[in-house]
Amino acid sequence: MLIEPFLRIFTGPNKAEEINKLLKAIVTPLVALGIFLLLWSAGASQIKTSLGAVPGPTQVWEQAVNLLDEHKEERQKEAAFYERQEKRNAKKLAQNPDAEIKIRPYTGKATYLDQIWTSIYTVMTGFLIASLIAIPIGIMCGLSPLIYTALNPLIQIFKPVSPLAWLPIVMMIVSAVYVSDDPMFDKSYLNSAITVTLCCLWPTIINTTVGVSSIDKDLINVSKVLRLTWLTKVFKIVIPSSIPMMFAGLRVSLGIGWMVLIAAEMLAQNPGLGKFVWDEFQNGSSNSLARIMVAVFTIGLVGFLLDRLMLMLQKSISWDKSAVIR
Amino acid sequence: MDSYLELSHVTIDFPTPNGPFRALDKVKLSIEKGEFISLIGHSGCGKSTVLNIIAGLHQATEGGVILNGKEVSEPGPDRAVVFQNHSLLPWMTAYENVELAVKQVFKNQKSKEEMKEWIEHNLELVHMSHAMDKRPDELSGGMKQRVGIARALSMEPKVMLMDEPFGALDALTRAHMQDSLMEIQAELNNTVIMITHDVDEAVLLSDRIVMMTNGPAATVGEILKVDLERPRDRLALAEVPEYNHYRAEVVRFLHERYKNPEAEEEADSGSDVDAETAMASEEKAEVQDKQKKEDDAPVLYAVND
Repeated sequence: MLIEPFLRIFTGPNKAEEINKLLKAIVTPLVALGIFLLLWSAGASQIKTSLGAVPGPTQVWEQAVNLLDEHKEERQKEAAFYERQEKRNAKKLAQNPDAEIKIRPYTGKATYLDQIWTSIYTVMTGFLIASLIAIPIGIMCGLSPLIYTALNPLIQIFKPVSPLAWLPIVMMIVSAVYVSDDPMFDKSYLNSAITVTLCCLWPTIINTTVGVSSIDKDLINVSKVLRLTWLTKVFKIVIPSSIPMMFAGLRVSLGIGWMVLIAAEMLAQNPGLGKFVWDEFQNGSSNSLARIMVAVFTIGLVGFLLDRLMLMLQKSISWDKSAVIR
Repeated sequence: MDSYLELSHVTIDFPTPNGPFRALDKVKLSIEKGEFISLIGHSGCGKSTVLNIIAGLHQATEGGVILNGKEVSEPGPDRAVVFQNHSLLPWMTAYENVELAVKQVFKNQKSKEEMKEWIEHNLELVHMSHAMDKRPDELSGGMKQRVGIARALSMEPKVMLMDEPFGALDALTRAHMQDSLMEIQAELNNTVIMITHDVDEAVLLSDRIVMMTNGPAATVGEILKVDLERPRDRLALAEVPEYNHYRAEVVRFLHERYKNPEAEEEADSGSDVDAETAMASEEKAEVQDKQKKEDDAPVLYAVND
């Protein structure tokens, strides 16, 4: 997908034109980016906050490098920690082969990359749960006007609810219901994931419903003439023909889920990028603003990559290769 | 009477906000096994509704359809339908489209190899073996319709229902398809009911032509028996006086006895708005569809390859 324009330089009939097109496609966004950076650095130095001047691109870049270095350092510490334990255990075993050996887990602080990973992992969990619930509901609503009429008011009421309103309820319910001596998941992870689920459900339900209810009537007639069973009909006709709409919904859902997650993490102090932002804000060092800005860019980039991922999935699943998907 | 397919007093009312709208009134028709019947009539006269009732997609308000001694109450593969716009599943190849039908109809009767053979045989019949693995969007309109016919044939229907199967095709392709259909018909001798707008097509293909009166409350106006020897050849027939006679009969029915209702409406505009709004939505779509087609309906010249 990304290499294609480059390949066309060599394979295309008109090389000069292909190069020209490619340059346009690359240079135009670069120019815009340059202008943006200039405006940013010029504007940022004008504003003095209690934490010093608003950081420009250079400071933000420095902090990005810093955060990476901190991550590497932490990983080295961790490796050293385990190495020390192993050495100690080896020594113990050499003296007494029956000695009890223990390896203590490393409990250093989560690095920036850990936080990113936690957030991605959490949003994917919430999104998957939401999709598993929303797609079947959407299919039922699309197939049966009765079910649609029954559920539509509920969907419409829950759809605009802010994640921040869900969060306290989710937290209370999770801590009441999820009681276990040896918990498989952290409560904070469940809280965030479920909050994401609650906000991811609606676009997928609505889009799937629309997709299913707008299936070509002739195709439904074909399934009637063939006397397909309900399940065969759903899997052979209903789902394939509503996949484009379904994916449109899924993409919106994932986008919303990502935004919701950051907010939930901030509010509930659950591990992840949101917590990182809040911690930095509370920390109030002279680097804090720059580090928060690194987080802002990271959040944007991850959100963009998640959307691309869905797009690729959609393209590989969609039967209509001629459709323009963007 | 013991005919193969019997429509007795089929009447259908569509509910509308202004009360029921009677689309068909006491349609009576009996069809023998192996007969090729054309339904012809002006737009909106309920030809498609007749077909849908036989298919079981619509339920008659009064009267009913008896196929081989059994009343028709729901759709089923013994009454395969070839839809006007092919209605193949776009995400499946030609082979898979036929396979869906074959797997459903011969679930416990045929082995895997037999099914494969049967699918390929049917695609062969419509001359589509070369494009078995292509998806509908890679096929031309005529080829799609061929696959649609193969799908219908593969169900081994008692009666094959064709809703203007060639209506969306250009004249040359249509002629090819008609020849193909005659060829298949000569081999399998299916019972076929076909809706058409094309007088030449009706005369060329049919054993009997059922001409319908104009709606609302349309019914069978006249039935014309076409006594032309088979196999029929469109080129040779053009010279045969009987052929021209049959043609003229149909044209006379359509243009003298039951004029196009839209043409009349244009004469005194705005006369029958109620009937228009009362028309069931799909009938309306059909009218619009067919109007468009009639406007650019090409004259069918003799084609042979």
